[in-house]
Amino acid sequence: MARKNADGYLSAKESRRISRENRKVTNVFEKQRKRKNVPESEYLCEMKDISNVIEVEDLHTYFFTDVGTVKSVDGVSFSVPIGKTIGVVGESGCGKSVTSLSIMQLLQRPQGQIVSGEIRMNLGSKAYDIVKTPNEVMQHLRGNEISMIFQEPMTALNPVFRIGAQVDEVLALHNPDMSKHDVRQRSVELLDLVGIANPERVYKMYPHELSGGMRQRVVIAMALACDPKLIIADEPTTALDVTIQAQILDLLRRLKDRINSSIMLITHDLGVIAEMADYVVVMYSGRIVESGTAEEIFNNPAHPYTKGLMASKPVVGRKVDSLYSIPGKVPNPVNMPDYCYFKDRCELCVGKCAGEYPPEIKLSATHTVACYRYVDKEGETNG
Amino acid sequence: MADRNKEPGYTPITPDPKYILQVNALKKYFPIKDGLRVVGHVKAVDGVTFNLKKGSTMGLVGESGCGKTTTGRTILRLCGEKTDGQVLFDGREVYDLTNKEMRDWRTKMQIIFQDPFSSLQPRMPVGEIIGEAVREHKIVPKADFVNYIDSVMEDCGLESYHRYRYPHEFSGGQRQRICIARALALNPEFIVCDEPVSALDVSIQAQIINLLMELQQKHDLTYLFISHDLSVVEHISNQVGVMYLGSLVEYGETADIFAHPLHPYTQALFSAIPVPDTHVKMNRIVLEGSIPSPANPPKGCKFHTRCRNCMGKCKEVAPEQKEIEPGHYVVCHLYD
Repeated sequence: MARKNADGYLSAKESRRISRENRKVTNVFEKQRKRKNVPESEYLCEMKDISNVIEVEDLHTYFFTDVGTVKSVDGVSFSVPIGKTIGVVGESGCGKSVTSLSIMQLLQRPQGQIVSGEIRMNLGSKAYDIVKTPNEVMQHLRGNEISMIFQEPMTALNPVFRIGAQVDEVLALHNPDMSKHDVRQRSVELLDLVGIANPERVYKMYPHELSGGMRQRVVIAMALACDPKLIIADEPTTALDVTIQAQILDLLRRLKDRINSSIMLITHDLGVIAEMADYVVVMYSGRIVESGTAEEIFNNPAHPYTKGLMASKPVVGRKVDSLYSIPGKVPNPVNMPDYCYFKDRCELCVGKCAGEYPPEIKLSATHTVACYRYVDKEGETNG
Repeated sequence: MADRNKEPGYTPITPDPKYILQVNALKKYFPIKDGLRVVGHVKAVDGVTFNLKKGSTMGLVGESGCGKTTTGRTILRLCGEKTDGQVLFDGREVYDLTNKEMRDWRTKMQIIFQDPFSSLQPRMPVGEIIGEAVREHKIVPKADFVNYIDSVMEDCGLESYHRYRYPHEFSGGQRQRICIARALALNPEFIVCDEPVSALDVSIQAQIINLLMELQQKHDLTYLFISHDLSVVEHISNQVGVMYLGSLVEYGETADIFAHPLHPYTQALFSAIPVPDTHVKMNRIVLEGSIPSPANPPKGCKFHTRCRNCMGKCKEVAPEQKEIEPGHYVVCHLYD
């Protein structure tokens, strides 16, 4: 690990040494990725459960930076069933977005690399392991089978192209045999589908002429253009007002049922999660601390972090004198402790917490938690 | 700009010592220019009336673009001249003060800006950011300066060794603490908090809200709390004002407003709040369309284009502010 000088800063020499070592590591990954004509057998795999659209297993995504290796995603496993919505919650910097970018293969390379793990994508007749899938094949999946709605509708659209051209591009790229006229017609249909009044006119507009809610609708239209199996919505409503947020959430729910796809909803707003999600995954510092159905998480939160997160958000109609705030702050991502990452902020520590990272404990068939406070209960149920 | 000799388009109010801040029919228009010609006005604030008692908090909510921030800034005289209306602070019209008087009054009225990432000068150490105005206004003698800054920083949860650091070395929550310390260092009586927590994470939000409430108790501060997050506003405020397209459509005690909102817009806004509880069945009033342009607001009641209770009268006549129950005001024809 990085040695620091007396002031607590990294010396230039040390930083150079780290970046040299990083290059050695990332070059190996890059070489692997850049191969041409990879046989399909290399990235074909079997789904564990055929009713899942995506299965993520023990995913590790690291960023090799000049100050040290950042383990942004450190052993994350979850699955998204077909036609369901899964909500991912956590503070900023906990690896929510990096998980979704890993699934999309959109990580900032060469620094960002999926180091190990499997992401199995169900394509109906066969299944691909996205981690091993080469770039050429990935281009057919991206936008077609998996698509993403980005956080800020202001920056996700290109300001110098008309709305129509940007929606057309998605369609034309994935359907090369469609005629120009058909593409245009379909684009207008899509704009109409996401609830844009007067789609013909909006088709000819530039992004700056639209309001935030309208732009988010356009981004959703682009994401839905090819009827994807999985829609990753990365904070789709954070930049929007409550009334517009209500409209967008309503729209997402309707469209999901219409094309029978699954949604992976990433947000830090627990209210949005409670409303939208069937399953909830709570992340902290690159790991899943708790996962379960929405009812289990909201009615019976187990992990101290989940409890803290819920108590720290004021709720309309629930009067408290002072809000609970989780003490301390998120650990430095470069030097993660080897015990439970939440130990230093946790008020419910037990002696064991200083030991190695807690294992995942099953509280019910769907509800798992990574915390030592539940280890004994587990023992009882087994014994 | 407003013609001083013109007859005022409002009924002037007299200063009332009960209130620290009285705002009456405040208007602020921004000209739209085509070359040198003024072709229209953006009616950012168009008739805002409320009173604020010392030591209390008024929450101001509404969609983005409805003029919340401009209201806050106009009250502090940070937007040039007002267009119309009155702003009485401690019984004196803020816009009648001379520049010299205004300079002294600035210490009494402070603001915390929305984005802690862009409102701190990146080339100044934190001690200097907080202390610049203290030195300028000679709040404390030179000898006590360092101790004073330390004590203010301690109040806001910062350590004294942070004084020599630069803003980029801090996290979002800590930066917001610096912004609060900067406002607090001048011993203000009234602070406009312009979305102080919307750029922060949930757990940090709680820390900052608790800090603001503690400081209010300790220093007897008055807040105008601008936010689009209704749950935060309910938690922190004594009074709430709901704005739509530049005007205050409803205002009253927090408990009253949240228990029985009267204006159709308030009802729709409150029904849109997502509740973190899977048992609660959403009974949502979804507003169609988006907010009209403030340069060309609809005739009559501004909300009639999206209102589900729209009547014939609403399209013609603009409603007046009415007191429905003590301290609960609403601007709507439904309650005529």
